[in-house]
Amino acid sequence: MLSEPIKTVKSRTFVLRDANIDTDQIIPARFLTTTGRDSLAEACFADWRYTEAGNPANHPLNTLDTGHSAILVAGDNFGCGSSREHAPWALKDFGFKAVVTSRAADIFKSNAWRNGLVVCEIDETSHAALLDRPGVEMEIDVEAETIRAGDIEARFTLEPFARTCLLEGVDPLGYILSKADQIAAHEARA
Amino acid sequence: MTRTLFEKIWDAHQAVAETKAAPGVLYIDLHLIHEVTSPQAFAAIEARGLAVRKPEKTFATLDHATPTTPRAPGAKPLYATAAAENQVRTLEDNCRRHAIRLAGWDSEDRGIVHVIGPELGLTQPGMTIVCGDSHTATHGAFGALAFGIGTTEVGHVLATQCLLQRKPKTMRVTVDGELRAGVSAKDLILAIIAELGAGGASGHVIEYAGTAIEALSMEERMTVCNMSIEAGARAGLIAPDEVTVDYLRGRKYAPKGAAFEAARKRWAQLKTDKDALFDAEVRIDGARVAPMVTWGDSPDMAAPVDSTPPRSSRPETERALAYIGFKPGEALLGERIDAVFVGSCTNARLSDLREAAAVMAGRHVKAGVRMLVVPGSEAVKRAAEAEGLDAIFTTAGAEWREPGCSMCIAMNGDSGKPGELVVSTSNRNFAGRQGKGVRTVLASPATAAASAVAGAIADPRRILEPSHAQ
Repeated sequence: MLSEPIKTVKSRTFVLRDANIDTDQIIPARFLTTTGRDSLAEACFADWRYTEAGNPANHPLNTLDTGHSAILVAGDNFGCGSSREHAPWALKDFGFKAVVTSRAADIFKSNAWRNGLVVCEIDETSHAALLDRPGVEMEIDVEAETIRAGDIEARFTLEPFARTCLLEGVDPLGYILSKADQIAAHEARA
Repeated sequence: MTRTLFEKIWDAHQAVAETKAAPGVLYIDLHLIHEVTSPQAFAAIEARGLAVRKPEKTFATLDHATPTTPRAPGAKPLYATAAAENQVRTLEDNCRRHAIRLAGWDSEDRGIVHVIGPELGLTQPGMTIVCGDSHTATHGAFGALAFGIGTTEVGHVLATQCLLQRKPKTMRVTVDGELRAGVSAKDLILAIIAELGAGGASGHVIEYAGTAIEALSMEERMTVCNMSIEAGARAGLIAPDEVTVDYLRGRKYAPKGAAFEAARKRWAQLKTDKDALFDAEVRIDGARVAPMVTWGDSPDMAAPVDSTPPRSSRPETERALAYIGFKPGEALLGERIDAVFVGSCTNARLSDLREAAAVMAGRHVKAGVRMLVVPGSEAVKRAAEAEGLDAIFTTAGAEWREPGCSMCIAMNGDSGKPGELVVSTSNRNFAGRQGKGVRTVLASPATAAASAVAGAIADPRRILEPSHAQ
């Protein structure tokens, strides 16, 4: 269930340049034995943030203040790998509000918007420019489907229903439940 | 109008048609669940006072967080953590409360979710099948539309038996030519992923076709479809044929008698029309595929076992080689290894274990190398033991374990140690996938077994075929 409508995200960016950042990096599997969806901030990018002995590693994520830098600009094919919804849960819990990339993996994208994490897929040129300018102030306009960061402007396209859900806080399960008659009719036909 | 196999299944399951504003409501015939991605889904629907709409269309198993350490019948499983035990208990409770069938600890049907679905005949051609697991495309081997979903969507299926879905694009991967001796389905799919790239099939459903695909057994087809997600594909499927029909006949939950014959007629319609168009077409020459291994930290970083990692200044390549510790231009063969894992939803079926055993028979795991053989299900374990495969593995010095996902996802206590190099028949070589700092080389069961014997990355053809010896 979406909590509240999201019309814009305004924050500084934080850059993770690598392509193919998979969901095992976002949250390693050993954290998946939880039965809840909270308290996953510590697990977010845990193998990057902590040494084998469990001490904080020298990684910029460890000094990042997501209160000011809540937009993750990441390399191509972000979120590939497993279907674990723990990935957007962990990113949100860590403090990220949006991910800007040139391409995000299908299941990750689907999981993200359902949890109010805005994923913007933009053209490669703008993406490359953003990768080279970490910490830039960015505004994501969900309604207009545009991002602006200094002189960089780019468009993204959300799946229309996902966009409506983000903008209006619509609940997808409620929507499917409202189609109960047609679902029953389908069951009668099959 | 001509349609692809995928489009026929898609159209038949539209409870509500897609519009510009909203995705279609896709009806789901079979919902598979396991302990890791389901607890929050049950909690979500219960919090709203919703019931499970069709409990008989959901089937549960325990596989991801479960220990694989040998266990006497009826003995208590030795969980790695209290959290893992709690997660299993939670699924047991949820299934009891909602009247969902569970292949639990006491069931002779328990196993990896993508191994038992087909084994039990739950998986059938033409079905829509989902699971909170990205390797759900495995079931596409039967001509089903099968794909992985997130936990929120698991809740949607529980409550409504439906999902909101936009129609994906289609891609056909045609593999003609005959696979050479010593080349397995795993090698083929690694070669396909290397060709497509880790995100190359994003947004697409792949249909695998061609003479090399038709020649595969059902278990081999499952291996191919299983790894579709590693090219970013939403799903992968193969048109059903007589091989499919023969596999399903007599399975526990498959139709019986006249119902089976009627189903068989329906299944015969499940193929892509002659002139149907795909959004993308890719051709692979099966005769050119060699035994493959991965050399990096993404499944598309794969190359013939007797070759070398590429020379490239791409940052991904440099990062991957730094992690794995291989050098561009230096032979993959002979890289010393620490452990071997034979198992996972990709390669833990009976034919996979036979393939590994054929290499191990009369040989021994190299001193200092640990080898884990983890059957995909209780049924695979029984069948393997009935033909003495367990004895071949244990005599060779390997460990013969209880069924489960084990070292593929390494969340049950089975994992490598930091820095170790593991040759694995699983599906992902991501950094840390098999334990923090563990380096993974993906390979076929034969290559994994040959590597265990050599104590280094090895070419199974050199053991199986004297003509390949150097």
